[in-house]
Amino acid sequence: MDWQAFWLTIRLAVLVAAILFLIGLPIAYWIAYSRWRWKFLAEAVLAMPLVLPPTVLGFYVLVALGSRSPLGRWWQAMTGHTLAFTFAGLVIGSVMYSLPFAVQPFAASFALVDPKLLAASATLGASKMRTFLRVVLPLSTPGLVTGVALSFAHTMGEFGVVLMIGGNIPGVTRTVSIDIYDQVEAFNFSAANQTALVLLGISFVALCLVYGVNRKVWALWPWK
Amino acid sequence: MLETKHRKVADASKSRYSGDMLSARIVQRWRGSGSTFALEADFEVSSGITILFGHSGAGKTTLLDCIAGLIVPSSGRIALGDTVFFDSDKRRSLPVQNRRVGYVFQELALFPHLTAAGNVAYGLAGLEKSEQQCRTDEILQSFRISHLHDRRSAEISGGERQRVALARALVTDPRILLLDEPLAALDAPTKSKIIDDLRAWNREHAIPILYVTHSREEVFALGEHVIVLEAGCVVAQGTPHEVMSAPRQQTVAQLAGFENIFEALVIASHEDRGTMTCCIAGSDVELETPLVRAQVGSSLRIGIRAGDILLATARPNGLSARNIIPAQVVSLEQRDVIVSACVDCGVKMEVHLTLAARDALQLQPGRDVWLIVKTHSCHLMAGTQ
Repeated sequence: MDWQAFWLTIRLAVLVAAILFLIGLPIAYWIAYSRWRWKFLAEAVLAMPLVLPPTVLGFYVLVALGSRSPLGRWWQAMTGHTLAFTFAGLVIGSVMYSLPFAVQPFAASFALVDPKLLAASATLGASKMRTFLRVVLPLSTPGLVTGVALSFAHTMGEFGVVLMIGGNIPGVTRTVSIDIYDQVEAFNFSAANQTALVLLGISFVALCLVYGVNRKVWALWPWK
Repeated sequence: MLETKHRKVADASKSRYSGDMLSARIVQRWRGSGSTFALEADFEVSSGITILFGHSGAGKTTLLDCIAGLIVPSSGRIALGDTVFFDSDKRRSLPVQNRRVGYVFQELALFPHLTAAGNVAYGLAGLEKSEQQCRTDEILQSFRISHLHDRRSAEISGGERQRVALARALVTDPRILLLDEPLAALDAPTKSKIIDDLRAWNREHAIPILYVTHSREEVFALGEHVIVLEAGCVVAQGTPHEVMSAPRQQTVAQLAGFENIFEALVIASHEDRGTMTCCIAGSDVELETPLVRAQVGSSLRIGIRAGDILLATARPNGLSARNIIPAQVVSLEQRDVIVSACVDCGVKMEVHLTLAARDALQLQPGRDVWLIVKTHSCHLMAGTQ
């Protein structure tokens, strides 16, 4: 088993899940509470990675990060190398690819919070921010856990986007799923199987967490 | 956050705002699927309990939401004392969190993830922890729910949940209290105890309390003042007795408990006796009613409470009541401890009597009876227009 690829993948998935948690919360808040009539357009764009072939997404991200795009040029000017085929590029692509897996559970759980509780909070003098932190977030714990676990698991297993943006550079962009692909290409089935089993196990645990929290099998928050 | 802090500090002078009057002129229209609903209310509320009374769908909750700022009305002006909550002319609307409104929702809306103490302390952010605890303990005690301190709302029973919700709204020293049928689900003894506690609290604070209900018992039990709302309009206001005992509108009459309401025509007026004779439309039943300023030939409505009508099995003699009408029992229906009789005298009337009276008179469908109605049991209301 390629431990370097394994740790790289874990690092990538943790980082992506953390970033998605931070940028997913405001986006989900907006999705859940905005009354803008064209909101559905934004929702459609956000859900695109769910249906788009990863290669398509990866291709456009690659173009956007490449040295011909303004973003790519700016990055190159700042750091001296391109974003494509780096770990940072991989993170950016993965964040976009897993965005709906974080935003949708977040937004769904925000929308489930009883509007009367928000009204009560406001009449008790709380600002929107305080209401969000003290009422919406604590009552959305299952959705938050789901979103984070799904974006983690989804990033762990991605292949197409990684291959398009990152290529296959050991220690930099070579992730577990690409490792499996390589092993199979080399007819190294037992090594592929070993790695695949680990990935299977991680995905299973992540999904158990998601469904367990939503069924309230165990309490993550001390209310009954 | 800073503003909240400032706001809480101002609380130190408790009585500063007491006695402020709420004046509201609210116009709110919205389109539902296929229908438009319009709320147009203009009223004032001074300190003490004012009942907001009306059918469900009359716009009572919408009115409270407008005052609290949860709904921004289409136009109008809402002010509490010198503080303007909303003014469409000046395009001003104070955010909900700055209005200092105490609001107890029908659903109570206790925060499920917080304990009773946590719920109560929620509105005290900006105060020091020790001060928060002190005030929380104090109000929990005055509403006799100290034992619930560490319990979450799911673990608290009916009447006690109401007390927590009330305590949570009152601990912030609101300038006005809005109560949306907060006691609807409670039994009478629990209800009256909570109301006593609320009254005791308000003796000290003297803020306006707007209490929404559709129960007429509550109107008489609670209110110093009643506002009756019908289809988004204020149709009557005054003391409960003024509004309910001589209702001018049919809705009020139904709400006030007139089971029998008839269209009638004035056929003679006897100014010397202070009475009139009216004929119930669609029949030849004539009733002697109190005299009101109405032309002979004009139409009006007569309301008679089912409990104000007497039944006799033989024509009574030497009775002061002026209306003695032959009729026939159509049906009898037992409701709890009273019997509701449907009696036909040309028009159908509902009459309430006791179980004992039914048995003593051996009433049954088909039996001929006499209806006896006192002149002053006939309440006159404005006609269809």
